[in-house]
Amino acid sequence: MRKRVVSMWFQRLPSDRALRACAQVTANDNRPFVLTHHEKNTDRIYCLNRSAEAQGLHRGMGFSDARAYCPELQSQPADTVADARFLQMLARWSKRYCPWVGLDGADGLVLNIAGSAHLFGGEAAMLDDMRHRLARAGLNARIAAANTRGAAWALTHYGRGAGDDIRTLPVTALRLDAKTDIALQRLGLRRISDLVDLPRATIARRFGPDVVLRLDQAMGAQDEVIAPLGEVPHYGVRLTFPDPIGLTEDVMMGTKRLLARLCEKLKEQDMGARKLQLTLRRVDQSAQQVELRLAAPMRDAARVLPLFERGVNAVDAGFGIDQLRLEATQVEPLLPAQITTTTAARPDGLDDLVTRLGNRIGLENIQRFLPADSHIPERSFQIAPAAYSEAQGTWARHRPRPLKLFVPEPIAGVGSQPPVRFRWRRMTLTTGRSTGPERIAPQWWLPDEAWRSGVRDYWKVDTCEGRRLWLFYTPQTPGWFVHGEFA
Amino acid sequence: MPARTHEVCGSSAHAFALALAGQVSRAKGSSVVWVREAWNSVQLNPLGFETYLDPHQLLVAQAPSHIDVLASAEEALRSGRVALVVMELSKSVGLTEGRRLQLAAQQGGSMGLCLLPEGMGSNAAQSRWHCAPLFDATNTSEDSTLQRWKIIKNKSGTLRAWNVKWNAQARRINVVSEAAQR
Repeated sequence: MRKRVVSMWFQRLPSDRALRACAQVTANDNRPFVLTHHEKNTDRIYCLNRSAEAQGLHRGMGFSDARAYCPELQSQPADTVADARFLQMLARWSKRYCPWVGLDGADGLVLNIAGSAHLFGGEAAMLDDMRHRLARAGLNARIAAANTRGAAWALTHYGRGAGDDIRTLPVTALRLDAKTDIALQRLGLRRISDLVDLPRATIARRFGPDVVLRLDQAMGAQDEVIAPLGEVPHYGVRLTFPDPIGLTEDVMMGTKRLLARLCEKLKEQDMGARKLQLTLRRVDQSAQQVELRLAAPMRDAARVLPLFERGVNAVDAGFGIDQLRLEATQVEPLLPAQITTTTAARPDGLDDLVTRLGNRIGLENIQRFLPADSHIPERSFQIAPAAYSEAQGTWARHRPRPLKLFVPEPIAGVGSQPPVRFRWRRMTLTTGRSTGPERIAPQWWLPDEAWRSGVRDYWKVDTCEGRRLWLFYTPQTPGWFVHGEFA
Repeated sequence: MPARTHEVCGSSAHAFALALAGQVSRAKGSSVVWVREAWNSVQLNPLGFETYLDPHQLLVAQAPSHIDVLASAEEALRSGRVALVVMELSKSVGLTEGRRLQLAAQQGGSMGLCLLPEGMGSNAAQSRWHCAPLFDATNTSEDSTLQRWKIIKNKSGTLRAWNVKWNAQARRINVVSEAAQR
């Protein structure tokens, strides 16, 4: 089937979006409105509505100048991320016309309507329908259909009305860069028809292959693809009941059914859920949510279901629940693992336990130790959340280290030898044997408040009372501290 | 004794807990969960206890409150997936909580150990130990670990005391005879 391409160009997409988000009244009245964008140390106009343009403002103009011209000007900061999201929404909406919709730059869409125009009563009726609906939504759009993507683009951006021939349009309509465009203008090649009449080899030699390629694409000699947007998989399922339910077992049974369906979906995409959200809608239209954060990506319904028990028990059913909705709000790739005789079986039960504990005290609060390469005692290990880290690395210990580390506690002591008698935590201790010193220098490349006092000489002190302490002396700012305790 | 909850107090309680955790974890080949209150600023040092227990086998749960420590420990004991559950507590455990921990340990078949300040035990505990370090005058090597472990409450046996030392090569405790002390 012959390709037929519709190009949509939303000239004022950012400002239209901002005005739509405002109250409906502002969108319809004709007060000048601009979006500003901070660029090169000044606020400049990023996008503006029609009445602002009628006042003589233009894009890229300094915002303070614009306000001087037009004192009643209303403005908002631009939000390019929201604009991109809005264009995605428009692309999804456009799938009502044809399945083949692609994005065209930051403010346009391309649709391949081959084979679907008759469903709307012909091409002209379809374009009218598009114009009508977009205008009703408060969007300024230019829409044109042509046989190629290049021609459709040229017609939307530079066309002057219906029945336009692409050959009469200026050469800029070929989607050329500004430099080539100016070079062509200087040679007197103002319209596309001027370019078509020239020998191709001359153009290619003078301006490079780009101009010829764009010309061919517009005229249909060279094919150009439209990359359709992929369907984003949605991991959500729901279950509606004819009669409200209230018993925990019933809710768990409903959750079981939903979970089976959700896990099927996850399996198709080779994904595992990391965060699940169960929404229970009650008959009085209020909703309660049970959130489950898993210690590892999972898609095994039989294992996930018991983890919901605690959350479901805490739900207040009120007059009954008439809809359950289960959504995997965070998913991670979970590829089927190769099971061999040499790979150690992963203890699955531990992940479940981490999930259970994590849902009570927070998943980040279940931690494990990981080795780190540093001589500083506090930095010689890392603490990482167990759910997001793997136990790996080897532990290298060169000198005895204490079991417990404290925040350094000052004690009275003079000189570089450990004090013979000292008081620590209201205990009077006598040094029985001391081993040391072991000098540890601070890491100057990592600023650390605790190591401001300079190098430390560590001593292991066995007291006659029994306790074995790790003391240090700071020669640069003399003082004695207790830093840890041995077994 | 497995499938029961025990208590330990004294200034070497951490060493006792880690020595026990190492033994049980190696025997069962599973992990150890250590539940503590999040405000506790005393930091366990993996390089310090690495001869007792492989630090990769230890999961530390930082619970916001006393109740959460007990609830998390109960959950971990009941799951039966871990060799030992250590709870570091700052308040005494009531009879109800102590009994619940015992039931959870029985159900899951795992061992629990409460680290308590001195004199705050509960009657529900199977045994209570008091551990204190001793000054080792005879030993001249750097890493002396002589301690006195006293069993001060025992539901199924008599009370005794041992002087023990950690043997870093064999990764087990050595009982030191009293005569060798003098």
